[in-house]
Amino acid sequence: MAANNYYDPADLRKFGKITEWSEELGTKFFDYYGKVFEDGALTAREKSLIALAVSHTEQCPYCIDAYTKDTLQRGVTKEQMMEAIHVGAAIKSGATLVHGTMMMNKVNKLDG
Amino acid sequence: MLKTKTQSLHKRQSELAASNRQLEILSDGMFKSGELPTFAKKIKETGQFPLRPKTLEILQINVGYMCNQVCDHCHVDAGPDRTEIMTKETMMRCLDVIKNTKAHTLDLTGGAPEMNPNFRWFVDEASKAGIKDFIVRSNLTIIRANKKYHDLPQFFKEHNVHIVSSMPHWTRGKTDKQRGDGVFDKSIKALQDLNAIGYGMPGSNLRLDLVYNPTGAFLPADQSGLERDFKKGLMDDFGIEFHNLFAITNLPISRFLDYLIASENYEDYMYSLVEAYNPAAVKSVMCTNTISISWDGWLYDCDFNQMLGLKIASKVKHISEYNEDIINDRDIVISQHCYGCTAGAGSSCQGSVTE
Repeated sequence: MAANNYYDPADLRKFGKITEWSEELGTKFFDYYGKVFEDGALTAREKSLIALAVSHTEQCPYCIDAYTKDTLQRGVTKEQMMEAIHVGAAIKSGATLVHGTMMMNKVNKLDG
Repeated sequence: MLKTKTQSLHKRQSELAASNRQLEILSDGMFKSGELPTFAKKIKETGQFPLRPKTLEILQINVGYMCNQVCDHCHVDAGPDRTEIMTKETMMRCLDVIKNTKAHTLDLTGGAPEMNPNFRWFVDEASKAGIKDFIVRSNLTIIRANKKYHDLPQFFKEHNVHIVSSMPHWTRGKTDKQRGDGVFDKSIKALQDLNAIGYGMPGSNLRLDLVYNPTGAFLPADQSGLERDFKKGLMDDFGIEFHNLFAITNLPISRFLDYLIASENYEDYMYSLVEAYNPAAVKSVMCTNTISISWDGWLYDCDFNQMLGLKIASKVKHISEYNEDIINDRDIVISQHCYGCTAGAGSSCQGSVTE
């Protein structure tokens, strides 16, 4: 860990080293991870944009770093990248607001 | 002339205009400290040192560094202010080589090769040699730059020239960011002109390929995925057809090196290149099947080595004493910029070098 920060951008380069402390699980994880992002029913480009949006909803700095670069590499424009993040943001806020129905149900039951 | 973004490094008298300064930077820092392996050390690990040529397939001739554009990433540091132009005398020496070479591909590049005053004469003469694949690397905008160039598509067609053109993106914003204001619109018009006479059309023998190289400090993704997106983007918006897309990695030299250092991306970029090292790409890297000839007749392993002033390691170094058998018996000159051609699926002037 860096002296004064929990997060260090250079640590992203060390991600592959997690395998050194648990080879079987690490290898299985990276095999799976690599397979997930291959062209399939969705293109690798579409998967990269989903990953970018999820990186933001997860608020993972490493993931944001990695998938900003990955989407750029795949020719994604900044407008498309921002729209993808808005999709994530909309789901996050929607997920908060839709719980308002629970509150409304409770209010109606207790004080209706 | 297009509105240019900047002047060349040479015109600005930047320290990076000097190839030996670039080579110093490429051997310093994390490569000097051992944090990252030098390219020589890396290919030794995979038993591929020294790098040796295979059969010569491509003669690449740089007919001059003058260009109507000043693109951010240009490894040639080309621009309107560059005056290095191949003379007719050197072209005649090149023609002697073209007539006798075993290479099946002739690849003319620049700058904008069309700006050489003897370009059409040279193409006319070279095409008589009957070489199988005759490529001209045209930047597209030159076709629309001046009336005297408007008939270039027809000229190319008459000589059965295979056109390879840079196009950094299928959208205006990303293209103009790298290549200058107005480049996208002019390139689209030029591509439509080329399509109109048969270039790039499905089934056409008039080959039109595009070159993609990233607009910033990142590597290109899978070539086939990018080609699919380019084809869709250019067809949906402009009705444009082309044959193949070549995805080329920006090598950390010249103006791209200048950009990497100024934007504080140099270290991360070199890490990315080294991490993406692919020994399979080393086997097919373009210096193993190409000879690059400069505007003044010197011989190099590739166009990048030409820009770094790294002449071939052979007793024959100039076209005036050209001998293919002697030249092919040499070790290829390498430095850390070579990681650019071995990253991921590999990179060459013909795009990726592995499946």
